[in-house]
Amino acid sequence: MTGPKAFATAILLSLLTATVPAKAQTPPVEGIQIGLSTDNVSITAGFSGADLTIFGSLENPDPLVARQGRYDVIVVLEGPPRPVVVRRKDRVLGVWVNLESETFENVPMSYSVATTRPLQDITEPNSYRQLSLGASNLYMQPADDGDSPATIEEFTAALRSRKTATGLYSENVGGVQFLSQNLFRATVRLAPNVPVGTHKARAFLFKSGVFIKESSAQLEIRKSGFEQSIFRVAHNYSFLYGVFAISLAMLTGWLGRVIFRKD
Amino acid sequence: MGIYLPIAEISVNVFVLLAMGAAVGFLSGMFGVGGGFLITPLLIFYNIPPAIAVATGANQVIASSFSGVLSHMKRGTLDFKLGGVLLAGGIVGSTGGIFVFAFLRRLGQLDLFISLLYVVLLGTVGGLMLVESVNALRATRSGAAPVLKKSGQHNWIHRLPLKMRFRASKLFVSVIPVLGLGAGIGFLSSIMGVGGGFIMVPALIYLLKVPTNVVIGTSLFQIIFTSAYTTLVHATTNQTVDVVLAFLLMAGGVAGAQYGAKAGQRLRGEQLRALLALLVLAVAIRLAIDLFVTPPNLYSLSSAGLN
Repeated sequence: MTGPKAFATAILLSLLTATVPAKAQTPPVEGIQIGLSTDNVSITAGFSGADLTIFGSLENPDPLVARQGRYDVIVVLEGPPRPVVVRRKDRVLGVWVNLESETFENVPMSYSVATTRPLQDITEPNSYRQLSLGASNLYMQPADDGDSPATIEEFTAALRSRKTATGLYSENVGGVQFLSQNLFRATVRLAPNVPVGTHKARAFLFKSGVFIKESSAQLEIRKSGFEQSIFRVAHNYSFLYGVFAISLAMLTGWLGRVIFRKD
Repeated sequence: MGIYLPIAEISVNVFVLLAMGAAVGFLSGMFGVGGGFLITPLLIFYNIPPAIAVATGANQVIASSFSGVLSHMKRGTLDFKLGGVLLAGGIVGSTGGIFVFAFLRRLGQLDLFISLLYVVLLGTVGGLMLVESVNALRATRSGAAPVLKKSGQHNWIHRLPLKMRFRASKLFVSVIPVLGLGAGIGFLSSIMGVGGGFIMVPALIYLLKVPTNVVIGTSLFQIIFTSAYTTLVHATTNQTVDVVLAFLLMAGGVAGAQYGAKAGQRLRGEQLRALLALLVLAVAIRLAIDLFVTPPNLYSLSSAGLN
């Protein structure tokens, strides 16, 4: 087992562009940038989760606000969206059976958040809702609008709690640290079962609880190596794969007899 | 040592799987069964998704059956014609099973159905075997000669039409029950990931009156092809066969089977059957408990994109 690896991603030194000509008296508007050194990450067979480090910088920060620590940054790594079925077990004649179900469209497969401070200390619940920011504020679109709001709410809550329990939805409070006035580093968790596909990294800047700006970047997570080749063959050449599986079984059976024969 | 299973998409311990394969192989060698009915539940207990456990179990069964058939071929205790007719039925049953499998998976009822089938079948077979072997043990202890059923005694099966002669089995019987038995086993093979030997063997002996010495070889022969067909169809329609997982189980299994066969020779028949019955019942009870105990999570997620 390899331990958690840190995928360090380099600094996009956009902070150097902070030397903007001071053309006006009004304070320039703050901006935020994040950068990834690579646009794809390959995970191998022994992958047991990892921390992904994303660097970013503030543009035109107000030194006074920065010194008082009133800038907050939230970084989100959002997995590819997929339809998901949530099922609930109920007792039928003593046996637990999947009865009710609810299908949701475009649910992010994973959602890792890193913040400078606890979410409730950064801004109002309302602004999170407007930004659709945070696992509990993600809007889950039910495939069938006809279901009662109570049912939809129940299954949405179950979906979030299952995703959190499996580590796919995570929150890393204190995972964003300012290294200097401009520069910050965000550490988001990649669960061992992180989905492959295009992930979207987004950074939100808040100043004294007010949302200022957002910036995003894309990241491709791929599986690599022997196991991934097998997966690809199993899906793209499934007939040949089946024939191979059968031949392998027969060969193993024959070899086992030759090697371990006891009669 | 961990290894990532490409299809099951989880990390597992290599040694646990090798040991699991070896233990089941040992038992299957000892009792002359394929071991699929033990492997699939064990994989489910080890958190392998049931759909993958079933398809991979079918793949693993090929290895142990092939190994067994080789030695039966050498001894000439194999009826190819009977096996062929069973197989024809098996292909039909297996095809039907695959459709039911995909349908239940879409409904979200596959796991429940697999567990229920296991509980019912293993419970019945295990219970019957236990009663029979305990009676036999008692009879031998009290010194009474075991009551043998009269040979030549015919039941309703022997009155069916479309009779066919099976020379190696010294049998003249209708093809209907043979095809039906093959189809039933094929169906179970595709839904439960078992070879079906634990049903096939008693059915051949008690229903069709096939001589005991050709039963195991013939049953294994048809199981190879039914399981191979099941594996192929699962691989193409559901992509649920995990070769890495199957290989680890097979490697442990073929080694264990040879030692198990040797150990089995030292035990008496009814003792062996009583032990196997207890084992089968234990698996059935363990699966039954899971059905009734309140699950830790009432909610489950699955991808909606399946089929």
